[in-house]
Amino acid sequence: MTATANPPAAAKPKSDSFFRKALRQKRFTFGFTVTLILIAFVLLAPHFAPYGERETAGLPFSKDGVFGTDYLGQDVLSRLMYGGQSILLISVLATALGMVVGILIGVIAAYSGGWWDEVIMRGNDVLLAFPQILLALVVLTAIREPKSWVIIVLVGASHAPRVARVARGVALGIVSRDFVVAAEALGEKRSRVILAEVLPNMTGPLLAEAGLRLTYSIGLVAALGFLGFATDTGAANWGLMMKENQLALSTQPWGVVAPVLMIAIFTIATNLMADGLAQASQKGD
Amino acid sequence: MTQVATLPDPLEEVAPPRGHSGGAAWALWLLRRLGLAVLTLWLVSVLVFVATAALGDPVRAILGKDFDANVARREQLQGLLNSDHSLVWRYFHWLGGLLSGDPGTSLANQQPVWGQVSANVVNTLVLVLLAALVMIPVAFGIAMISSHYRRKRPDTVIQTILLALAGIPEFVIGILLVSVFSTSVFHWFPAVSLPAPGERPWDQPKAMVLPVLTLVLAVAPYVSRIVRATLLEVLDSDYVELARLKGIPENVVMRKHALLNAIVPGIQVIALQLAWLAGGVVLVETLFNYPGVGFQLVDAVRNHDVPMVQLLSMIIAGVYVLVNLVADLLSILLTPRARTAISS
Repeated sequence: MTATANPPAAAKPKSDSFFRKALRQKRFTFGFTVTLILIAFVLLAPHFAPYGERETAGLPFSKDGVFGTDYLGQDVLSRLMYGGQSILLISVLATALGMVVGILIGVIAAYSGGWWDEVIMRGNDVLLAFPQILLALVVLTAIREPKSWVIIVLVGASHAPRVARVARGVALGIVSRDFVVAAEALGEKRSRVILAEVLPNMTGPLLAEAGLRLTYSIGLVAALGFLGFATDTGAANWGLMMKENQLALSTQPWGVVAPVLMIAIFTIATNLMADGLAQASQKGD
Repeated sequence: MTQVATLPDPLEEVAPPRGHSGGAAWALWLLRRLGLAVLTLWLVSVLVFVATAALGDPVRAILGKDFDANVARREQLQGLLNSDHSLVWRYFHWLGGLLSGDPGTSLANQQPVWGQVSANVVNTLVLVLLAALVMIPVAFGIAMISSHYRRKRPDTVIQTILLALAGIPEFVIGILLVSVFSTSVFHWFPAVSLPAPGERPWDQPKAMVLPVLTLVLAVAPYVSRIVRATLLEVLDSDYVELARLKGIPENVVMRKHALLNAIVPGIQVIALQLAWLAGGVVLVETLFNYPGVGFQLVDAVRNHDVPMVQLLSMIIAGVYVLVNLVADLLSILLTPRARTAISS
């Protein structure tokens, strides 16, 4: 969708001017604002949540409180506020990991060119033959009670080949340009050319890709929770909440619908943000 | 993925040239493409095997605290997985079994896995094909409406809705549909499909509605956005302008001149989405209790049933590779310029 191959028009765009350009995109501003509000909602849980994360507030599936109670009688609103923390943290870390690894692979493939490029991208295609959730599930088969870092690595690893393809596309448009050739002619080290000349010119499209990846990370992490592969089964987690309270969907729908709406709003916001970034990076200056 | 010319030059298109000695070139292209598909599948098999057999200990995962206590059960499971052999031996043993139709024994019920998947494969194929049959006309229709009103109000509204839908995970869409149409607001459709033994899920058509609708809503936004982008590009081209100047009505221009040229990029994105569906059904099937490969896969992963997971992931990856192959072939056949490029 946002697989833009267009390099940014400016030779050295500063990130703050890019941010200002993105703010001119209505959908970016909207998505960005909603995301910030949600992050605040989640992070302020210890101060504003009416009950603790594992505190019993009443009978199971009762109507007490704003959104009622869940299958153990815990307050749904409090669980909702706490439940975003782990999803948010795991998603952001997984996105960061996937972006770093993917960008490295993509840029190295584009910069090396020729045979290396062919081999790296063929290997990449193999990984792309796995739907993202499948890659995580296959590894989880042999693991009992996965730790948080396992989920982070799995989600990040499933992003990496997709990021690599985009990064390679963007980098291909840059590696042949004059300032890169000039840097090479001056005898700069390869790693320095990549870090100082190629990467800074890819910020726009890569930021857009990061936004998109964050959207998918949230979906994936929540999906794994929904399937029952959560890291800590007692802790609040939006994905897990859906599974736990699915039984009472007809009598106490908020236990399921509230976390579902949170994920929906969150992913819509980050996706709008990503699309706004993509448009801003395509427009150049 | 093969790069195909998205917009064939209209002048070349007047008489689609077919190569005279194209046969050999065609065979060569097909052979190369098939070879690539086989190579991909082989690398996929290595990846699946390493991920399931080498990264953790499935027997320990199944038995948990019983691992030390229940020696008999442990040795039985290790025997089924050939744990006393080296990893390389086990890989080739498994690969040989996979190719000869004996990919192992389920750790959950000690039956060969091969016989347990066929019904589920058919169920999933039916679900995905139904979703595709509904999704393709809907996506193209929305794209046509949207590009007809380009950058006016209806277009902006449609695009914003599509963009919002594109971000939401498919199981979230599914749960929202269930709560609206099944449990809380309306009570039109059942929330889960529960076919009786020996019954197929489509014997209860009402139970198929929500799973199909969920998949359509998850996939249509992507297809629609790509087709719209292509349509807009075509509508700006010279020969569409010429057709308009000749006085051809706008709806004929849209149908005959623009839409036909948007089909090839459409096929590519539909193929990608169909392949994605092969994995996306995992969540949707679990949500609706639909007895397909995705449902079975989640069950197998929960039970740490390694041979079952290996077979199911190979099937899903195989479908992906096959769909891409067919899409490439169709794109080449439908693009005159790419066709001549190969045969000349």
